[in-house]
Amino acid sequence: MSRDELNIKDNTSLFKEERYVQQRENKKQFEAPCSEQETAEALAYSKSAEYMEKNFSRQNVVINPHKACQPLGSVMAALGFEKTLPFVHGSQGCNAYFRSHLSRHFKEPTPSVSTSMTEDAAVFGGMNNLIDGLENSVALYKPEMVAICTTCMAEVIGDDLNSFIGNARIKGVISEEYPVAYCNTPSFVGSHITGYDAMIKGILSYLYTRSGIESKPGSGEESGEKLNVMLGFEPYTGNFAELRKILGAFDTKYTILGDHSGNYDSPATGEYEYYYGGTKLADVPQAANALATLSLQKYTLKKTQEYISGTWNQKLAALSTPLGIKGTDTLLATISELTGLPVPAMLTEERGRVVDALMDSHPYLHGKRVALVGDPDLLIGLIGFCLETGMEPVHIICSNGDVDFNEVKFKDEAEALLAASPYGTEATVHVGKDLWHMRSLLLNDKVDLAIGSSHLKFAAKDAEVPLVRVGFPIFDRHHMHRYPIIGYQGTLNLLSLIVNTILQQLDDHNSGFNFELVR
Amino acid sequence: MGLSIEENQKLVEEILEAYPKKARKDREKHFQVADEKAIDCSTCAVKSNIKSRPGVMTPRGCAYAGSKGVVWGPIKDMVHISHGPVGCGQYSWGSRRNFANGTLGIDNFTAMQITSDFQETDIVFGGDKKLAVIMREITEMFPLAKGISVQSECPVGLIGDDIEAVSKKMSKELAMPIVPVRCEGFRGVSQSLGHHIANDAIRDFVMGRAELAETGPYDVNIIGDYNIGGDAWASRILLEEMGLRVIAQWSGDGSLNELEVAHKAKLNLIHCHRSMNYMVDHMEKAYGIPWLEYNFFGPTKTYESLRAIAALFDATIQENCEQMIARYKPVMDAVIRKYRPRLENKTVMLMIGGLRSRHTIGAYEDLGMDIVASGYEFAHKDDYEKMLPMLAEGTIVMDDPTAYELEEITKKMNIDLVGSGVKEKYVYHKMGVPFRQMHSWDYSGPYHGFDGFKVFAKDMDMTVNSPIWDLVSRRGTMEPKEAGV
Repeated sequence: MSRDELNIKDNTSLFKEERYVQQRENKKQFEAPCSEQETAEALAYSKSAEYMEKNFSRQNVVINPHKACQPLGSVMAALGFEKTLPFVHGSQGCNAYFRSHLSRHFKEPTPSVSTSMTEDAAVFGGMNNLIDGLENSVALYKPEMVAICTTCMAEVIGDDLNSFIGNARIKGVISEEYPVAYCNTPSFVGSHITGYDAMIKGILSYLYTRSGIESKPGSGEESGEKLNVMLGFEPYTGNFAELRKILGAFDTKYTILGDHSGNYDSPATGEYEYYYGGTKLADVPQAANALATLSLQKYTLKKTQEYISGTWNQKLAALSTPLGIKGTDTLLATISELTGLPVPAMLTEERGRVVDALMDSHPYLHGKRVALVGDPDLLIGLIGFCLETGMEPVHIICSNGDVDFNEVKFKDEAEALLAASPYGTEATVHVGKDLWHMRSLLLNDKVDLAIGSSHLKFAAKDAEVPLVRVGFPIFDRHHMHRYPIIGYQGTLNLLSLIVNTILQQLDDHNSGFNFELVR
Repeated sequence: MGLSIEENQKLVEEILEAYPKKARKDREKHFQVADEKAIDCSTCAVKSNIKSRPGVMTPRGCAYAGSKGVVWGPIKDMVHISHGPVGCGQYSWGSRRNFANGTLGIDNFTAMQITSDFQETDIVFGGDKKLAVIMREITEMFPLAKGISVQSECPVGLIGDDIEAVSKKMSKELAMPIVPVRCEGFRGVSQSLGHHIANDAIRDFVMGRAELAETGPYDVNIIGDYNIGGDAWASRILLEEMGLRVIAQWSGDGSLNELEVAHKAKLNLIHCHRSMNYMVDHMEKAYGIPWLEYNFFGPTKTYESLRAIAALFDATIQENCEQMIARYKPVMDAVIRKYRPRLENKTVMLMIGGLRSRHTIGAYEDLGMDIVASGYEFAHKDDYEKMLPMLAEGTIVMDDPTAYELEEITKKMNIDLVGSGVKEKYVYHKMGVPFRQMHSWDYSGPYHGFDGFKVFAKDMDMTVNSPIWDLVSRRGTMEPKEAGV
């Protein structure tokens, strides 16, 4: 009997069968549902301008926010360092959630442990959990460094990580020399991006301080010619590869500070290792002597940047995610300026090819009204890309606050960027708003395209707007993170994603005389 | 299959050697190799439902995950507030695949994340006032919501907010059930306490609050089916085909009214005993409703369960049951005829939540597969007592196994199929070991009932027999071959 003869149906087709339709109807008598009319009216009302006004006037309830909590970012940051075990101090459910959430995006394992604090730790503090946890995790998972972040539980009861780690050393659970970095990441402050920042700063400052090295930026010693580069809370492993390609083309020496691409794009070899790649621990203190530091997420890495320019007294260039031609031009000019090296011809040629591709596609992009959702640095990059292609950003939502960099707030920068272009005149930037606000915006002021994470799919569906998945998390599409979206090559990928989504829409809607072969 | 009690005991001992002394002493208590005595007397020496060791990669979650993620979240016509910081609600948003009919955001709120998004000021000054405003705003935003539940996260309990008082006051003001659920993540040792707390809240705030227009002799409830991938629908259809009337479905695709009228049933049918045994016990005591644990994984267990259910009713139902089994059996036999030869004698390791590690054994056996190791994330003693008689001698039974233990067992026992969750999945992909995500059916399903078994069999075959596993360049086979070969 073939599979077809067995009539095996997936859940979409199975539950469309008449017997299941009947079941659904029959069940309603026990559900006490609202009448069809009530539901239809409520649906229509939820799409109205009146509802939108109410939606925007709510003060306290948050509905479908586009942000996660601090320690999630810290776990990702810790995985950016060689043989480093992320260690979450607090109740264990948080750690389970961070591991699932990150694994669902990357389709890769997320090794991370927790101190499994329960009621007794809530009363007496989590010191014993931390000491036992260090002993067990170091014995079992053999990391070369442990990177501890806190959850809201540990923060509310006021656990003192520094003294707890000290006591673990006194008890001999770990040696005096064993590196344990840490940061405080209460979930009721900031978001995943500030948590990422806190851990990067925690690790850099910890490894630097304990090394005894005194920073002499650009001193010409071993690391003096190197450039430090930070990508930030980076959901694209492909972006790391693209950046390496660019830096390789410049023929500059560099250290990536926080590189989780190895962990989140590891090969299936038949054997699982807990740690893949990452920034070498010995490279971190040396990075204090580097020529300069380049940050590719200036809003995300705010505190780390302050640390580097302050304590390391180092030259620092901070950009937002380098998307689009101009964004990449800026990246290359910045690298050139920091290193004194000319922009390589190979990249100039690549630029030409991607500009050519943009020309080929521009008629389908021009004037397209776009909604954008994401983290601050991604949004700055996306806005720039849209404006240079003739797309018009209309609704822009950033749930995770109005982060500032050098006293310029994200909202101010985004608005200035938009105001400088005739294609940005219709845009409104909403900070601290959520995807339920976005739903109202999409329904009341229609756009052609939405760009954002998988979480945006619900609002996009209600508004019948095609969604191009960019950012974090992307749960419902495969391998997006393996392709870069930064640099010229990334621009080409982004362009392909967008233009082909638009062309697919044309095919879906133009099924008659204009169902065309050539576009 | 060559399961040996002695060998596997030795294997477990070897694995445990990696632990520091204190942790090793604890972990030892969580293992048992099934022997004649344990199987026959269903005694169980495995320690369960106690704290995980700090610093090990436990698969466990927390009480909030048990309450909001499992029990309350799927109640579709109520709004469930993730009360506290943003993370918990974000991570549990839509990830358990509880299917529900309805219009999302209008009369169905399952795949949504509604949170109070606690900020530092809420920690300092408390979140009670904000909670009241949130409830008012919810009725503005979602006029068709039938009720609200407050799923409290860690800080709420630690700062001493009185969510009960706020809920009581607002329930009056808004004239709808508002249920405070004290499921802070630090309570208990796993999701399990969250289930219990959630069940207590159902008991205290909604049970028995509504009436059924008419009751009948065949009225039953489906308890503890979360409708992952449509499981509860594939189960319900069989009960209804048999002539029973399912008046409430808890909690997958469930509604407030179903929770409120369930006490009118003549029988409670419980699938996930682990998460909802508290309910059937209570309903038996308070309303005299008998209950029966059933298992709709795989035809053998499904036939058994259907007959056991029918035996509690009259001859009409029993006759219907036999006729129904007669109708489905040829199809089930055909499924087995096709897939069994492809799966015969394959070894399976399971580590799932609190029910499926036991309930799915029969389904694997129907396909000729051998369970050689099985464990639970958050089970209690009774789960192990029920599991042991289902196992062959030499099977490794493990409680709250750590990532390290699972990986070692897989390597040392040369496992053909691992069934566990998303945190484990990609580890086994690296190892080149066939894997199914058995919390969420790996985005497939349903797996319950006869319709579900077809999908289950197809999925297991697809997984075990995919040619991709042969592409994994295992170490050792990577050595350069001599030229000319």
